[in-house]
Amino acid sequence: MEKIFKGPAIFLDRNDINTDEIIPAKYLTEITKEALRPYILEDLKLDGFDPAGDELKNARVVVTRENFGCGSSREHAPWVFEVNGVHTIIAQSYARIFRQNTFNGGMLAIELPKEDVDALFALQEKGSVTIDVDLDAQVVHASAGGLKSDFPFKISEFDKALVKAGGWVEFADARY
Amino acid sequence: MGKTIAEKIFAAHLRDEPFEGTKVLNLDCVLCHEITTPIAIADLESRGKDRVFDKNKIKAVIDHVTPSKDTKTAVQAKMIRDWARRHELPDFFDVGRNGVCHALFPEKGFIRPGYTVIMGDSHTCTHGAFGAFAAGVGTTDLEVGILKGVCAFRQPATIKVNLRGTLAAGVYSKDVILHVIAKLGVNGATDAVLEFVGPVVDAMSMEARMTLCNMAIEAGGTCGICLPDAVTAEYLWPFIKDEYADVAAAVVDFRRWHSDADAEYKQIFDFDLSDLEPQVTCDFKPDCVKPVGEMAGIKVDQVYIGTCTNGRIEDLRVAAQVLDGHTIADSVRAVLSPATPKIFSQAMEEGLIQIFMQAGFCVTNPTCGACLGMSNGVLAPGEVCASTSNRNFNGRMGKGGMVHLMSPATAAATAITGVITDARTL
Ligand code: SF4
Repeated sequence: MEKIFKGPAIFLDRNDINTDEIIPAKYLTEITKEALRPYILEDLKLDGFDPAGDELKNARVVVTRENFGCGSSREHAPWVFEVNGVHTIIAQSYARIFRQNTFNGGMLAIELPKEDVDALFALQEKGSVTIDVDLDAQVVHASAGGLKSDFPFKISEFDKALVKAGGWVEFADARY
Repeated sequence: MGKTIAEKIFAAHLRDEPFEGTKVLNLDCVLCHEITTPIAIADLESRGKDRVFDKNKIKAVIDHVTPSKDTKTAVQAKMIRDWARRHELPDFFDVGRNGVCHALFPEKGFIRPGYTVIMGDSHTCTHGAFGAFAAGVGTTDLEVGILKGVCAFRQPATIKVNLRGTLAAGVYSKDVILHVIAKLGVNGATDAVLEFVGPVVDAMSMEARMTLCNMAIEAGGTCGICLPDAVTAEYLWPFIKDEYADVAAAVVDFRRWHSDADAEYKQIFDFDLSDLEPQVTCDFKPDCVKPVGEMAGIKVDQVYIGTCTNGRIEDLRVAAQVLDGHTIADSVRAVLSPATPKIFSQAMEEGLIQIFMQAGFCVTNPTCGACLGMSNGVLAPGEVCASTSNRNFNGRMGKGGMVHLMSPATAAATAITGVITDARTL
């Protein structure tokens, strides 16, 4: 599946969402990424959030708060997003391993300052939010109900190179 | 400007700096277990790159679910077993010879001061207790580590944690690290190495230091690290005796890996621990911590002693001392998983297993088991577990279950009464 960094966003309004909530340990006995698909965010308890709902099914981008993906090193966490068509996460901050895993798979873990994340959350009042990431220009374009907002972001050269290469295996294999 | 131990290890292992701020390090140890490695193996195969960079630097174990509990876990075990055989890994630990990775690999002498270590497991930070840079990584980093022997990191900042004073009787390194996490918060050390120093660390055994470093990740830390000293050299002596004239010579050599006096730290924390009480977590995050007194009386359904945090011989001794002559409350069930076969047999020789069994514990083979809700003591919804492990996330030991993290002493006391109990009050 080609990775696209745009589409409808789902908002997870909590700090410290951990990898056990993203994909519970009991599913780590699966040996294909595809098999993880139905279990995305199964254990996440959040007001108004339904792991089986259409909003998650249609989402291509996740917007969330601080320290996203803390806990276990399982790459099953970014994978479960990937196999559900979500290739972009936008958060105020990440746990190190989750962030690295996301880039290692050629996906995007964008960090935005708190004001920008707040502004993205606020945009929901205008209607459902669509995100389009311009990686070269390093800008998140967000739109909802006819309103558009742009959020420039920083990304390390390395992380950008990983996304462009398609992941760390490709990058490392070409170089080492 | 001087350097921290982490900076010295980075400098000594630097293979490449493809972009400013990105350091690609040569690896001394790539550790593998059956949960996160099979997908890396399968991916290498599908790319036609089923190779290993150095079979002597790759160590593998089946530990999370062992012996296999169903077809899926049997397939995972088979995948890593077949791969280890195919590549003739000298250090592969199959059923019967296997134990919890972060207890087994140090016990085998695989981890040395100044090493770079990765594993597809977040608690790899445990190995920093030996003065190594040891980081948990995902499957892709592991895969590249297996294939190329390298891993990329941002140069981490170092946070110095100075642990002063003397621990009171009945207070252990688990209580110390829970206290430190409570102060730093679950992301207080993100992208940083936690360097533990001070008289409390100096007085700790290697086991206690491993407990300390094990939970660095619960504050977001890339690695916990202790400066290698005489305690480290004594522990490693059986494995390094051909390399040094005596222990003292090893200690002198290890000083290469000490942080310089003028090294730069991102932050310095200073904790006087003389008045520290035993600590217990109270919610679904490891930084939600209270003194045991404030948690006393909370009813538990299960007590779990074991894991890479607190399943080592010293932990079993402490718990057995509390349990000796007691039986566990009728209202609880208690499970002991010694972390490795060596620990298990040592505990038998010392009569500890007898004490646990007479108290009413179920003693299992070495495995992660219930720590991550896989086997051997999974909780039912609504149940509460007093556990010596490192993670209390919602559902961690079973969907809908609650976990309170604590020391082996507190867990043993809790088993006796059926409610969270300060072992010092028994
Ligand atoms: S004992 Fe628990 S925390 Fe340690 S490696 Fe096993 S599952 Fe992970």
